[in-house]
Amino acid sequence: MDFLNAIVALANYVLIPGITYGSQLAIGALGVTLVYGILRFSNFAHGDTMAFGTMITILATWWLQSMGVSLGPLPTALLALPIGILGCIVLVLVIDRSVYRFYREQKAKPVILVIVSMGVMFVMNGIIRFIIGPDDQSFSDGPRFIISARDFKTMTGLDEGLGIRTTQVITVVTAIIVVALLFWFLNKTRSGKSMRAYSDNEDLALLSGINPERVVMLTWIIVAALATIAGTLYGLDKSFKPFTYFQLLLPIFASAVVGGIGSPLGAIAGGFVIAFSEVTITYAWKKVLVYLMPDSLEPSGLVQLMSTDYKFAVSFVILLIVLLFKPTGLFKGQSI
Amino acid sequence: MSDTVKNSLLFALVFTLIILSGFFQGWNNAMFILNMGIISAIMALGVNLQWGFAGLFNVGVMGFVALGGLAAVLLGMPATPGAFAAGGAGVVLALLLGIGTLVAASFTYKRMPSGRNRNLAMMAILVFGFFAFRGILDPNVALIEAVNPAATGYLGGLNPGTDETYRDNGWIMLLAWPVGGLFAAGAAWLIGKAALGLRSDYLAIATLGIAEIVIAMMKNEDWLTRGVKNVIGVPRPVPYELDLQNSAAFVERAASLGFDPVEASTLWVKLLYALLFAVVLGIIFWLSQRALNSPWGRMLRAIRDNEVAAEAMGKDITARRLQVFIIGSAICGIAGAMMTTLDGQLTPGTYQPLRFTFLVWVMVIVGGSGSNLGAILGGFLVWFLWVQVEPIGLFVMNILTSGMAEDNWLRLHLIESAAQMRLMTMGVIMILVLRFSPRGLIPEK
Repeated sequence: MDFLNAIVALANYVLIPGITYGSQLAIGALGVTLVYGILRFSNFAHGDTMAFGTMITILATWWLQSMGVSLGPLPTALLALPIGILGCIVLVLVIDRSVYRFYREQKAKPVILVIVSMGVMFVMNGIIRFIIGPDDQSFSDGPRFIISARDFKTMTGLDEGLGIRTTQVITVVTAIIVVALLFWFLNKTRSGKSMRAYSDNEDLALLSGINPERVVMLTWIIVAALATIAGTLYGLDKSFKPFTYFQLLLPIFASAVVGGIGSPLGAIAGGFVIAFSEVTITYAWKKVLVYLMPDSLEPSGLVQLMSTDYKFAVSFVILLIVLLFKPTGLFKGQSI
Repeated sequence: MSDTVKNSLLFALVFTLIILSGFFQGWNNAMFILNMGIISAIMALGVNLQWGFAGLFNVGVMGFVALGGLAAVLLGMPATPGAFAAGGAGVVLALLLGIGTLVAASFTYKRMPSGRNRNLAMMAILVFGFFAFRGILDPNVALIEAVNPAATGYLGGLNPGTDETYRDNGWIMLLAWPVGGLFAAGAAWLIGKAALGLRSDYLAIATLGIAEIVIAMMKNEDWLTRGVKNVIGVPRPVPYELDLQNSAAFVERAASLGFDPVEASTLWVKLLYALLFAVVLGIIFWLSQRALNSPWGRMLRAIRDNEVAAEAMGKDITARRLQVFIIGSAICGIAGAMMTTLDGQLTPGTYQPLRFTFLVWVMVIVGGSGSNLGAILGGFLVWFLWVQVEPIGLFVMNILTSGMAEDNWLRLHLIESAAQMRLMTMGVIMILVLRFSPRGLIPEK
């Protein structure tokens, strides 16, 4: 019985939050990795692209709620998501046309594009703060739990409860759908193949008649969609605050690099590696160990390796280790 | 128009702007802009050294600035009575143990043949070292934080004075500035060792990370920095306003110049700060200028412009980069210590990457990367804009919405959000400069 309790506690505090956070990071990192693969720069504005898409989704959610529309048990934000994606696509394409294209034609060095993306980050951040303000916004509605911890306890008779939140299930399901769609697109369709060809070898792709502007446009559309979905899922699960989204940049970059930047599969793996490391290292293990250890060995402290405030340090250290020992990442991304 | 004339005009323009703001918004405000402008210019010089000279992409300026602020506290504040006796030795022991663990791990990595045994040995050293480190650190930290937690609860600093008299030792802050540089240099050495061999994007991500970690540390390690409880009352190298107002000679002199004592004292203090800061800026500018025109500076620019050719000439690229990375970060640390001195307090919660990292980048880009004079101009100009965009935005919004009803929701929203205009303005300025004048206001020669 103690063993079961330990497993349930582990699932409740580590596995489920880890999977959820990992899915969010994975979708975010896919966006970074696609920009890197096709446009060949690290997009510092990605966190704010996520925040922008989420903001449009939130505004649309509020509008739908004021009209009395709802999805029943699901959060209204899912219905508003396509509007958010559209809004984000429009913004990103406008920025690409007005800002990035110039440097593409100049064949500017990647680091110049990174600096330009810093400027874009400022502007997006400003737009977001201007429209929705810098404060926390909560936009999740519908029932919070699919199984609440108390129900689980009465159902199974265990001491530990296992609570599964609606947003966690939605995150995982959406992530699976999104990833499946993306891989189908990249591997099976003509446009997806042209994107991969362009990423592999730009000159050869140009020779075989692939229109670079079209590839770039497709990339931005996909990146905007991914960013909005990742941002909305994160916002539903936690809450929306522009500054938090900016800070997500570090774990997202870490995920993309750990997996191998430029490799979509790597981005997903990296997302989960980073998420699980963050959760396991900042989790207070006492609750699990109490069930597993004999009474005499019971830990006195919280058995927390690091306080939660150091979660950035975790993604950072993993990033450094990978960069030092395996610079191409776990999945042989582009060695840069 | 020669370069000298153009540059002088540009500087004259910026100082006219600051003086105008003095006429319209009060001299106190203008002096604040000037002082922070000097500090911003120093930060911009540091980043310019890294980016303009050597092409290093450091987006962790905030972390180095914060480390400088930490030095100001560790030197300026008096030691908390009893705190070191309570747990100081234990903390020092734990830190030594932590460093020893890392050294042992890297030694193992270098000396043992690669393979599973090496990995296992390193894992064992790191895991054991970490738990021993935490095991010694945690109880001692608790002891230190238990010493008078409402007022101190941290180790305090090296100021020889007591709680009552430490403010008399303001001179110690002048020592704190170079020490702040040393702190930042140490951190830069660590990060540079690990990340400089990699390509530029990775250095950016690594520095972004280290800055966040430094801030997290300052917010959480209460025994060192009091964390989010903030350290207030950091001493200053200039007199206090109250002392000036109580001094008959000062009041008399102020009255003879037509000032009232309160205003005169605040202005005098700010003026003294400005002079001190200007001296530091002058020294750093002179040194940077010498460095730029020395063989060392030319070598750096050669590495920046053509890495392969420079390497073929036998230049040690990684070592030179590490050097300039450390020096640039140290300059940012000095500026950080100066800023904490000016504020008189260390508030880890206020360090924001947009304000302390990316704004400095805007200064360097706008001023002209690779040009020291440009960095200084950018520092003053962008800081001035950063301060003034808010009132200007409010003014513009008020005009734009003047036709609407008082309680129109759009009007209220626009006026309320005017404060958020500054980020957008900075971004637009940066993008425009990069696009239409990529070499900045004062281009590199």
